[in-house]
Amino acid sequence: MASTESLLPLTSQQQDPLFDSSRSDPNPETHRRRPIKVHLAVYSGFLLIALYVTLIVTHDGSRAKNGETTTESRARLAGVSEKRVSDDQKSEAFPWNNTLLSWQRTAFHFQPENNWMNDPNGPLFYKGWYHFFYQYNPNAAVWGDIVWGHAVSKDLIHWLYLPFAMVPDQWYDANGVWTGSATFLDDGSIVMLYTGSTDKFVQVQNLAYPEDLSDPLLLKWAKYSGNPVLVPPPGIGAKDFRDPTTAWKTSAGKWRITIGSKVNKTGISLVYDTTDFKTYEKHETLLHQVPNTGMWECVDFYPVSKTKTNGLDTSVNGPDVKHIIKASMDDTRIDHYAIGTYDDSNATWVPDNLAIDVGVSTGLRYDYGKFYASKTFYDQHKKRRILWGWIGESDSEAADVQKGWSSVQCIPRTIVMDTKTGKNLVLWPIKEIESLRLSSKKFQMKVGPGTMVPVDVGPAAQLDIEAEFTIKKDDLQIILGDDSMDADKEFSCENSGGSTVRGALGPFGFSVLADQSLSEQTPVYFYVTKGKDSKLKTFFCTDTSRSTKANDVVKPIYGSFVPVLKGEKLTMRIIVDHSIVEAFGQGGRTCITSRVYPTKAIYGATKLFLFNNAIDATVTASFKVWQMNSAFIHAFSADDLGVPSRT
Amino acid sequence: MIDRTCKETPDFNLCVSLLNSDPRGSSADTSGLALILVDKIKVLAIKTLNEINGLHKIRPELKHALGECSRKYKTILQADVPEAIEALTKGVPKFAEDGVIDAGVEASACEEGFKGKSPLTSLTKSMQKISSVTRAIVRMLL
Repeated sequence: MASTESLLPLTSQQQDPLFDSSRSDPNPETHRRRPIKVHLAVYSGFLLIALYVTLIVTHDGSRAKNGETTTESRARLAGVSEKRVSDDQKSEAFPWNNTLLSWQRTAFHFQPENNWMNDPNGPLFYKGWYHFFYQYNPNAAVWGDIVWGHAVSKDLIHWLYLPFAMVPDQWYDANGVWTGSATFLDDGSIVMLYTGSTDKFVQVQNLAYPEDLSDPLLLKWAKYSGNPVLVPPPGIGAKDFRDPTTAWKTSAGKWRITIGSKVNKTGISLVYDTTDFKTYEKHETLLHQVPNTGMWECVDFYPVSKTKTNGLDTSVNGPDVKHIIKASMDDTRIDHYAIGTYDDSNATWVPDNLAIDVGVSTGLRYDYGKFYASKTFYDQHKKRRILWGWIGESDSEAADVQKGWSSVQCIPRTIVMDTKTGKNLVLWPIKEIESLRLSSKKFQMKVGPGTMVPVDVGPAAQLDIEAEFTIKKDDLQIILGDDSMDADKEFSCENSGGSTVRGALGPFGFSVLADQSLSEQTPVYFYVTKGKDSKLKTFFCTDTSRSTKANDVVKPIYGSFVPVLKGEKLTMRIIVDHSIVEAFGQGGRTCITSRVYPTKAIYGATKLFLFNNAIDATVTASFKVWQMNSAFIHAFSADDLGVPSRT
Repeated sequence: MIDRTCKETPDFNLCVSLLNSDPRGSSADTSGLALILVDKIKVLAIKTLNEINGLHKIRPELKHALGECSRKYKTILQADVPEAIEALTKGVPKFAEDGVIDAGVEASACEEGFKGKSPLTSLTKSMQKISSVTRAIVRMLL
């Protein structure tokens, strides 16, 4: 092992000539991520300079400055929405106009016709229709005046807007009809439990049910005359008691729900049993609690099979089952989950691994990008559990007001236990999304270190990409077999400089929503590092820091570690739909959703690029790219009744 | 209460002076203090809009940037402030934080539109500071 001391000058990070034409350091060879033999470093330096000269085009590299990255990560730690103006001198205060803003509207993600949306509510399948309810402000493109929006679909993709399901018209929900969940009773009828903000701003739980069960559209909802059915118990703040779950059956045949709250800074989930959804019995014990995680919103609780890939109805329990608790952390706006064991008799749950308990910062997340207040439901029609998640905006409210809308929902994702690792869930866009796939093109490309190649797919604003990457074996062996190379410094997508910082084995992946000159681009990539144990460790990231020239947009670098098992190829899927990019690493073990707002890479100017920004590795990419159709989401009309499916 | 709360913000002096200048300050709880500061954001936005209107007449060469600023400050008044007040009143500080942070974002975006020759710099800085102080207090409510 070479002494670290002699290699010290070589340990700092190297910037990428391909991405950054304004490199300030004239000595590229002094900027390597990892310690390596000097002669190799110098050689690479020459190579890089050559690349720099031949490949650098005229684009204006606007890599975020270090200061910006630091500010951002601090903000992230503080758990803020990250809204702030970029201090990057090269970005501009952007005069958004309607041409630019119209492009941002999605083509096949669910979003209301206009105005503000947040949490998904009460998803369910009934008499041939998927129902989706959502927190909606009918009056503005910012949060406020919340009602329940309602839409139906035959396939979870082609949605039809229906009239509001519920509005604030009672003292117990006068200040808002907030988030809730649906439960199917044994006789096939439906109950909806939701949070109301009362005329005195107290959070209470209310019961509602469809007025007419013979109506497959469930247009009319009745609120129970005895509402509220639950008020904040002693010791719980009047404004810390919201978002009841779907109920599940206890072994004694009662129904059980959980509701998130907090005591001081401890996030908790309260448990209640009921037989009629009108009166409840509170458990003295909590389903779970984790200190220093703050208020738990939108708690979700459900079983997953340890061995099978189908979803489980919420009441299923048994030796083959693990239970998931998900909570949306009010403090950080992150949806955290953990895998554990549920004890039906005392209504408690314990995590498999205390170190990654619910809401712990190193714990598991459904999505490492912009994704919050999610909710699952069991689709009895196709025997699967499906996840919805609210994807907010990363632009300014002035832009939201100007474009007249704010927020989309993710493409619904099936959610199952990763039976291969046993340590995480796997999320994957529902199969039905593939019905939007139009023409496709297949590619196999070998890309050497420091290469960026355009992928000829035509317009690139509505795409579905599935790709497989292999690193050249010799290159891998050089890295793994070379004892003189120390382990990489601890890498993280957020704090290691993004896609412009090069390592031996990464980054490589796609730049989506790029313009021809690469002045705007959003790279989605793998980054493989050599861990302390000399094993490879893979990260999956999305870098939005150069996604737009505009400066009134938050442009984080997102991502996380992704488990890669022996013999597996690196795989990613990317769904691009105008201002939203959903990325899935290793079949959905790590997911990253981001919002991007290009100013040049729009309409016909959107391009797709494949890149390999590794220093040492040659990568082969086999991939398929589909153009995606629009879902033509529109208001329900009588014509829609006769059409069983639009697909 | 004011002193204790302001110690947790990035600008103690500004925080104390703003809150002491309001008669409600001495008896307000944390949420009440945040509401007072949101009012200050509103007052400052109105003041800045008036300034922008005045500049429109005497600085025609800045017409474009001033127009953008006008739209951004109107967003503060018509979107950020009402959103923050409703969210604080109803006890959903998360959305109050959105509005309050955005007030600072809009001010900064306005400022940059002048490409270094802003006639509004001191007003921008005031908005940025009030925004960050208010946000710190809003976060105490989470």
